[in-house]
Amino acid sequence: MDNLYRDFILEHYRNPHNKGVLDPHDLHFADSNPTCGDEMSMSLRLDDGKERIADVAFDGRGCAISQASASILTDDLRGKSLDDVRAMDPGELLDDLGVPIGPARLKCALLSYKVLQGAVQGGAVAWPEEAEAVG
Amino acid sequence: MAVEPASPITTRTIGPGAFSGTALRGDFPVFDAPTRQGKRLVYLDAAASSPKPRAVIEALADAYAHHYANVHRGIYELSEDATARFEGARRRVAGFIGAPSEREIVFVRNATEAINLVAYSWGRTNLSPGDRLLTTQLEHHANIVPWQQLTAEVGATLEYVAITDDGRLDMDDLAAKLANGPKLLALAQVSNALGTINPVAEITEMAHRAGALVLVDAAQSAPHMPIDVRQIGCDFLALSGHKMLGPSGIGILWGRRELLDAMPPFMTGGSMIIRVTLEGAEFNEVPYRFEAGTPAIAEAIGLGAAIDYLDALGMDNVREHERLLFERAWAALGEIPGVRRLGPDDPDTHAGVISFVLDGIHPHDVATVFDHEGVAVRAGHHCAMPVMTRYDLPATTRASFYLYNDTDDVDALTDAVRATQQVFGG
Repeated sequence: MDNLYRDFILEHYRNPHNKGVLDPHDLHFADSNPTCGDEMSMSLRLDDGKERIADVAFDGRGCAISQASASILTDDLRGKSLDDVRAMDPGELLDDLGVPIGPARLKCALLSYKVLQGAVQGGAVAWPEEAEAVG
Repeated sequence: MAVEPASPITTRTIGPGAFSGTALRGDFPVFDAPTRQGKRLVYLDAAASSPKPRAVIEALADAYAHHYANVHRGIYELSEDATARFEGARRRVAGFIGAPSEREIVFVRNATEAINLVAYSWGRTNLSPGDRLLTTQLEHHANIVPWQQLTAEVGATLEYVAITDDGRLDMDDLAAKLANGPKLLALAQVSNALGTINPVAEITEMAHRAGALVLVDAAQSAPHMPIDVRQIGCDFLALSGHKMLGPSGIGILWGRRELLDAMPPFMTGGSMIIRVTLEGAEFNEVPYRFEAGTPAIAEAIGLGAAIDYLDALGMDNVREHERLLFERAWAALGEIPGVRRLGPDDPDTHAGVISFVLDGIHPHDVATVFDHEGVAVRAGHHCAMPVMTRYDLPATTRASFYLYNDTDDVDALTDAVRATQQVFGG
């Protein structure tokens, strides 16, 4: 238990950062986790040059892993260029979570990444390879 | 290495009238090994698939080792032996569900394939544009999607019987929708998502009065209670072997002989023909007409062994055992604050399947903490998304009992609920 639900994961779950919907926004995308049906959306506001992320929020209900993952991911986005975001490595998000994620929970951990990529790439993207340990 | 000796002498087993679940665990090799966390395995996911007793594993191995050849065609001892065992399994299945004849037993892969067979073969022959089909909001996707595909293809209408707040079929709504004259009603005897036991005999009588045929999805009932197709009165019945101690990849469609006789093949190829010329083919008789290609021979024999195991215990006893476990678990969960139980209260209408949610904790997180405690449960929509929608839930946690469970497993379930609430500060 200590491994899977460290205090900071639970803290992000109880008090998620950047939760809600930005209105107005420049980019918005929603996607779901087929294993549980959980849905998540992300809205992004860009800077004046429409190059960098000025603000971001995520919304939706889900498990502690998916909510903490979205909270941690969105904390790190302000000031990043869209190209930086497109080049992000999903493995880094798993590392940032800092806890071992079992094969059955990888999609929970990477749903936020998938939704973010959908937003910056203008449409649904495939699950990253890292999420496919269990189809 | 046994984690817990399988001893019938324990104060934690269920009392007189039924057998001891802890003792039966000794028949299932999966319980010999501890979990990753070094805990005793508490398996509460029979509704998804059941563990296999040694008798079934050995029957499967014995069939492959000593009695295996292709069935029905070989003019030699080994093939005749395999055929006799394969057909013997068909007779056992017929006896198990009270079918008047083993010729009405079609071997398929699973209940899903059985339902698809009816949807493709009976459905595409008997449905016309404007016709209606009826299923329910309580169904597994396997008893929804084939009918959606069928009705969309032929231009028919699919209707759903509504469910009540406590997870029973709304009988007034059923009567009203039967009055619309559906050609067929497809429904589960036991809901995989909520555990509701539907009064299928009564419903079949209502449906027949309204002129509808009835298909019963028995995937969740056949493993857990006595089944008799004559008593139910239905026209088709589908079940999966893997949920009733048998191998995966083997299931059953039972259908009334006159209906099966009038149905065209679903899949075509070898075995299902009498004669093939370059101009066409003459199809074999029922049930072989529906069994194209080499069947799951050893798996059918394994299913026969599973039925022997269940028959030895007695299906009335299996049902009674699970009823006692349900009553105990339902009451114990009801005493824990923050637990919401779904489905009917009445043990007469609720099988050994309990769907529940913990306030403020996602079912995936529940299942993960349970897993650390050695308790295997299901978390998700249970392939019944319309049920989740009905209760405005994304998912539930589901614990399902079988004959190897006992009161120690009920205690493990409630302990795991408390452990989960502790992790999440509930």
